[in-house]
Amino acid sequence: MTSSTAAVRRPLTRRRAAGGLSVGIATGYLSVIVLLPLAAVVARSFEGGADAFWRAISDPQAVAALRITLFWSVVVVAINAVAGTVTAWVLVRDDFRGKGLVNAVIDLPFALPTIVAGLTLLALYGPRSPIGVNVAYTTGALALALLFVTLPFVVRTVQPVLLELDREMEEAAASLGATTFQTFRRVVFPNLFPAILSGVALSFARAVGEFGAVVLISGNIPYKTEVSSVYIFGQIESDNVTGAAAVSVVLLAISLAALLAIGAVRRYATRYDG
Amino acid sequence: MTARLALRVAALGYLAAILLVPLGLVVFRAFEDGPAKAWAAVTTPDALHAFWLTILIAAIAVPANTVFGVICALAIVRRRFPGHGIVNSVVDLPLALSPVVVGLALLLVYARTGWLGPALLDSGIQVIFAFPGMVLATIFVSLPFVVREVVPVLREVGDEQEQAASTLGASSWQTFWRITLPAIRWGVAYGVVLTTARALGEFGAVSVVSGRIAGRTETLTLFVNERFERFDLVGAYAASVVLALVAIATLAAMTLVRRGEHA
Repeated sequence: MTSSTAAVRRPLTRRRAAGGLSVGIATGYLSVIVLLPLAAVVARSFEGGADAFWRAISDPQAVAALRITLFWSVVVVAINAVAGTVTAWVLVRDDFRGKGLVNAVIDLPFALPTIVAGLTLLALYGPRSPIGVNVAYTTGALALALLFVTLPFVVRTVQPVLLELDREMEEAAASLGATTFQTFRRVVFPNLFPAILSGVALSFARAVGEFGAVVLISGNIPYKTEVSSVYIFGQIESDNVTGAAAVSVVLLAISLAALLAIGAVRRYATRYDG
Repeated sequence: MTARLALRVAALGYLAAILLVPLGLVVFRAFEDGPAKAWAAVTTPDALHAFWLTILIAAIAVPANTVFGVICALAIVRRRFPGHGIVNSVVDLPLALSPVVVGLALLLVYARTGWLGPALLDSGIQVIFAFPGMVLATIFVSLPFVVREVVPVLREVGDEQEQAASTLGASSWQTFWRITLPAIRWGVAYGVVLTTARALGEFGAVSVVSGRIAGRTETLTLFVNERFERFDLVGAYAASVVLALVAIATLAAMTLVRRGEHA
């Protein structure tokens, strides 16, 4: 009896030791790669005290950049919420030839480098546009670039929920005399809402920090089309690293808030799952 | 029926206007002056250097993040430890951070005036405006993908089989190779595909830390930007086509992995 319990215990203690190692590696790697550099940004931004930090983030150009970033991120996310839900609906409920291909293409903005995305939009909607639409170096171009890079998020969060949605509820609503619109608003939409919110939060976090897609097409005109990430880049280039760090901390705080919101939405959506 | 058709047209029209037509036009523009010119543009010494540098950076960042990703996912799912929630959230941070902020963060640690920069320079290691910094930036931005793909798979398979194996006397190493890894292989594969795409396409963070020296610290995405700024549109478009082909290969790989998963 004793020999068999010993045989059981030995691998279990070894497993525990290996588990401690995995925790050590995970936290060590994250600390060196992610946390140490981010700590350096926060430390640098407060190097001159709270006054210097406040002065850096209340610089008129920095404020304008942040305002443009937030405003257009909200606009783009709102468009995404509608366009993404419609696209997910078409991919799940509709049937047509080439649907598989369209479904694969949705992820293209994830796979395509952001600088290529910017160049691509500039080719169609820039100075040499073959369709005569030139929005280059305007806020319209900024919106297009942000729409491009955030396109997949809402589609990919809504699609699986829609796939699992029980159609009997909708059929019941329809047989009780609800119109298509009523069925959507009262039955389908409440079920999709947490997924839409989750996709919206992901899109927002992405849009606020976007750089590569924006930098070519928006023209980076201060007070007009310059977003915060481009402003930070400019400050680094002109050696105002402390100013860049201060605005980075603001972006960092917005990113954290978006992440927390995503977590909260997920918990809310699964609150009845036990 | 008409409503359904209207929705279909709206969705497909939106995708065409934002994604497909612009991309098609870039391919057309790249080959407008003939394929020979496009080929010449992507085979200049600077372009070839950028291409191989991009591959080399990915060849380091992707395996590093794959090994870390599996270990980190195991720690998150199978272990209870103080700071568990923090690790779980920090992993997601690179997804929500602006790449420019990532570049600045690395600058503040590894530049000449940074926290670790002076000590590293004294021992002859230059990180910023050099290869190591570009690798660090790429590792940073592509870190979450393997973790995020493997965590749900690990949760789903549970640990009964692992416990059975170790009760039967398997070492933790044997348990990992024979039980855990085969169970999570599609999750790992999907994560690797996403990591590779992100690593090859990184622009903002690498742009800050590399110094963008043509023929030395220029990746393919930086090359596209540099060609564009020098009004060499054929060069910029041709290099973009190369990157777009990589992206399409990524999509194909993702579709294949998904199919493998469900088989």
